[in-house]
Amino acid sequence: MRSHIATLAASAALGLALTGAAVADPVEDSLTVITEDGELEIVTRTAAPDHLKDVLPTIYSGWHYREDETRALQRDDFDNPGMVFADRGHDNWNAEIGTGGESCASCHGGPESMKGLRAVTPRVDAKTGKLMIIEDYVNACVTERMGLEAWGVTGDKMKDMLALISLQSRGETVNVAIDGPAAPFWEKGKEMYYTRYGQLEMSCANCHEDNTGQMIRADHLSQGQISGMPVYRLKDAGVVSAQQRFVGCVRDTRAETFKAGSDEFKALELYVASRGNGLSVEGLGVRH
Amino acid sequence: MTRKIALAAVASLAATWALAAEVAPTEVMFEGGAVAASLTGVPGDPEAGAKVMTTASLGNCVACHLIEAMPAVQFPGTIAPALDGAADRWTEAELRGLLVNAKMTFDATFMPAFYKTEGFIRPGDGYTGKAPESDLPPILSAQQIENIVAYLLTLRD
Ligand code: HEC
Ligand code: HEC
Repeated sequence: MRSHIATLAASAALGLALTGAAVADPVEDSLTVITEDGELEIVTRTAAPDHLKDVLPTIYSGWHYREDETRALQRDDFDNPGMVFADRGHDNWNAEIGTGGESCASCHGGPESMKGLRAVTPRVDAKTGKLMIIEDYVNACVTERMGLEAWGVTGDKMKDMLALISLQSRGETVNVAIDGPAAPFWEKGKEMYYTRYGQLEMSCANCHEDNTGQMIRADHLSQGQISGMPVYRLKDAGVVSAQQRFVGCVRDTRAETFKAGSDEFKALELYVASRGNGLSVEGLGVRH
Repeated sequence: MTRKIALAAVASLAATWALAAEVAPTEVMFEGGAVAASLTGVPGDPEAGAKVMTTASLGNCVACHLIEAMPAVQFPGTIAPALDGAADRWTEAELRGLLVNAKMTFDATFMPAFYKTEGFIRPGDGYTGKAPESDLPPILSAQQIENIVAYLLTLRD
């Protein structure tokens, strides 16, 4: 009995120490990527945009919350397992798959014509007034200009293309518009971010704002930024898009999720992207 | 026709009796954050309670709480207070209330309500991401709650 008490007291003291250490802050580190065209500096940490600075003064890419080995995979394109998927996207970019023999390349030229897009999407399309994610632009071409069936929003073909297109904006500063025609979508996304969904009654903010830096079991909670999206996820051995990640996070609250590509999740993507205004597009992050 | 109705009446009576021993999630009586009466009338089994607390698909308490008394649990969460000494800080009734619905004790807490079936936004069928097809069961059963309460009562400094 006495030894039991002693052990408990000792471990209670240890517990404090452990808890202190385990409140793992984002790792101090910086990211320069070795690419085919030389070194490229990526902003993974910066001052929060005005709309966020009262709740989170500094914003961090999810890269800062991953282990040394995982972070290292993103430092060199040669090691980044996601590049294979972007390459696959490139093959499909050049393939004459349209019903009239069209390819992406036949209209757009090289994929570098997509430079900048990832940094400003989701955005409201000037012509239709609709909120568009990159997947919507791709599917508009696939269906209207190539005469094909729409690609699945989270299907492999779509994610490969998303990887290729995002890579063209790598290093550019995320800067999605939140005012003007975007404002109502942004408000809707913000409301969703703070809504406690599901039987566990958890909001995005509960995990990625209130408890960012904490461990939820073995998972180190990041700020849930999407500047790295799509990311190569070691656990899935595949590419994960923001839309797909949202499905997973909402499902984990024991909620009925929204569909990937739904109006709701597009609004949420705009809002979440805006929380990362100021970070660099990573093109293809690597997470575990 | 009459016979059918009579049979139905008997069946529903039987159902009521079967549940009578158990307090339904919607019938739990709170006094502040505390729930004095056992949910089942059956004494809790602390060992079974500890199992539920560490099983990810059930209580998963260790996702958020550290419990020094459970050294075998790897990677406990850092989100919530350590549970060691819980029985010195809370009465049995308070602990039961914390498990049924911690929001009755801590306003807007992050801790989920484990014995609650109503009042959710877009509740799902477990972790399937789909809407439930029938009434939503509570996350834990009445007896699982009692078992956890029994375990927590062993946590004294
Ligand atoms: C119960 C906790 C929880 C909730 C609620 C939650 N998430 Fe997550 N989320 C996680 C965990 C754990 C991870 C993996 C570790 C990390 O990157 O934080 C994660 C990862 C992410 C990532 C990937 C970050 C990266 O760098 O790869 C994004 C984006 C994200 N969440 C967004 C959201 C959004 C949006 C919501 C609400 C719709 C949400 N999360 C709700 C726990 C949660
Ligand atoms: C998602 C996180 C989460 C989960 C899962 C969780 N809790 Fe909690 N719990 C909390 C938080 C946060 C508090 C602190 C109350 C507050 O300030 O909101 C708390 C408080 C408590 C307290 C009172 C704290 C004290 O002084 O000891 C007890 C007891 C407790 N929880 C037991 C449990 C048990 C048992 C389970 C599992 C069946 C569980 N919790 C699951 C987050 C959680």
